Amino acid sequence: MKKNWWKALAVLLLLYTAVAGLLMPVPRLAILNETIRNLYFHVPMWFGMTIILTTSVVYSALYLRNPSARLDTKSHEFAKTGILMGLVGLATGSLWARFTWGTWWTSDPKLNGAAIAMLIYGAYLVLRSSFNDEQQRARISAIYNIFAFAAAMPLFYILPRLTDSLHPGAGGNPAFARYDLDSDMRMVFYPAVIGWTLLGLWLSQLSVRTSLLKQKMYEKQLA
Amino acid sequence: MGVRAIRRLGCIFAVPFTSQAAVLLLREIWYLIQKDFRLEWRQRAALNGMLLYVGSTVFVCYLSFSLRGGELPAPAWNALFWIILLFTAVNAVAKGFLQESRGRLLYYYTLVRPQAVILAKIAYNALLLLGLALVGLGVYAMVLGNPVQQMPLFVGNVLLGALGFATTLTLVSGIAAKATNSSTLMAVLGFPLMIPMLLLLIKVSKNALDGLEFEASRNALLTLVALNLIVGAVSYLLFPFLWRS
Repeated sequence: MKKNWWKALAVLLLLYTAVAGLLMPVPRLAILNETIRNLYFHVPMWFGMTIILTTSVVYSALYLRNPSARLDTKSHEFAKTGILMGLVGLATGSLWARFTWGTWWTSDPKLNGAAIAMLIYGAYLVLRSSFNDEQQRARISAIYNIFAFAAAMPLFYILPRLTDSLHPGAGGNPAFARYDLDSDMRMVFYPAVIGWTLLGLWLSQLSVRTSLLKQKMYEKQLA
Repeated sequence: MGVRAIRRLGCIFAVPFTSQAAVLLLREIWYLIQKDFRLEWRQRAALNGMLLYVGSTVFVCYLSFSLRGGELPAPAWNALFWIILLFTAVNAVAKGFLQESRGRLLYYYTLVRPQAVILAKIAYNALLLLGLALVGLGVYAMVLGNPVQQMPLFVGNVLLGALGFATTLTLVSGIAAKATNSSTLMAVLGFPLMIPMLLLLIKVSKNALDGLEFEASRNALLTLVALNLIVGAVSYLLFPFLWRS
């Protein structure tokens, strides 16, 4: 129990996010109306994705320093969770855009940047599947993982800020720092970020364990 | 992850560096670039092939657009030019590591530092792409018309583009050369990585086409230089791990 408190915390925070996020009062703003509640689901996905992908890169760097199948599995599974969170982020954003901007997708630097970054990480999965030798696959995908991280993060955090964008928080459009001077929304937003990130960690931990068990079973079959 | 792991992480990328080592590194790079050019010149088939590739792509574009008659609008001219350069770059850089035989690579490993190999390859590819791009621009402007109003800015932009394509694609071609289906991987890995660069390049060259002042494109140019530096630095750090296999 001592080790698993954070899982309970994740469940509690996410329950709180779901209940408070859907029921607590939010500022009344034209056009946005109730869709402002997407802040609790869409934005934490990107926060969580960044943290999880950073963890994956750290494991990749550690792998290059000191190769072991365990580190490779960890970086791979964390990257997969990060990609999943990014895809959910794209989906929630697209849904929000449908009701706010009236379209599922629009040519906006922030949207396109996120989509390209997802393509870069999709290439990571393709790369992994095109090696026969396990050690070579591990090392080269670790190299590409670091390279992809360096190429993808500017797409999320730097390039969209240089141009005008429709997206909240860019190009003079209000972000949540300006909606909620009463800071009611922060009371839900920060717990939501922590909750979703912990959920991502939990997911990765589980998939790392399954993958390691599968490897063990495979080795036993061979023996 | 404990403190020890983090400390271990810190010294992964620590490369011992003194001024003497820097001079040696530069000398190694210089020899490797010379070697690459000499090889290219000896087997001119590859070089001629690439030139013909650019020329025929441009001509195919010219023929397909001339069917409709009339001039190309400036945005289409611009986009088409960069797409031709993109495909040329992928084809030209892809052979960089693929054509090196295993034995020859092993021989380099005993002679020079991996950093010298990657920097020399980047420099060589950048020069090669610049040459190809300038030839391509000449042919392209000849058959499809030349609407560029700010030629110095446009050529400078092409120079940055060649450098950027070379930095990104060199490491990617090194990665792809290790895998089984390397030509598909080259496109799958390379294109998404190049899109941000390509967008900035297209934006700056559109400014040059419209004859806007240098001030209008300064931010985009600076971002391009920064992107090149990031990608170059990451290649420099990662290549030693790639070449151990």
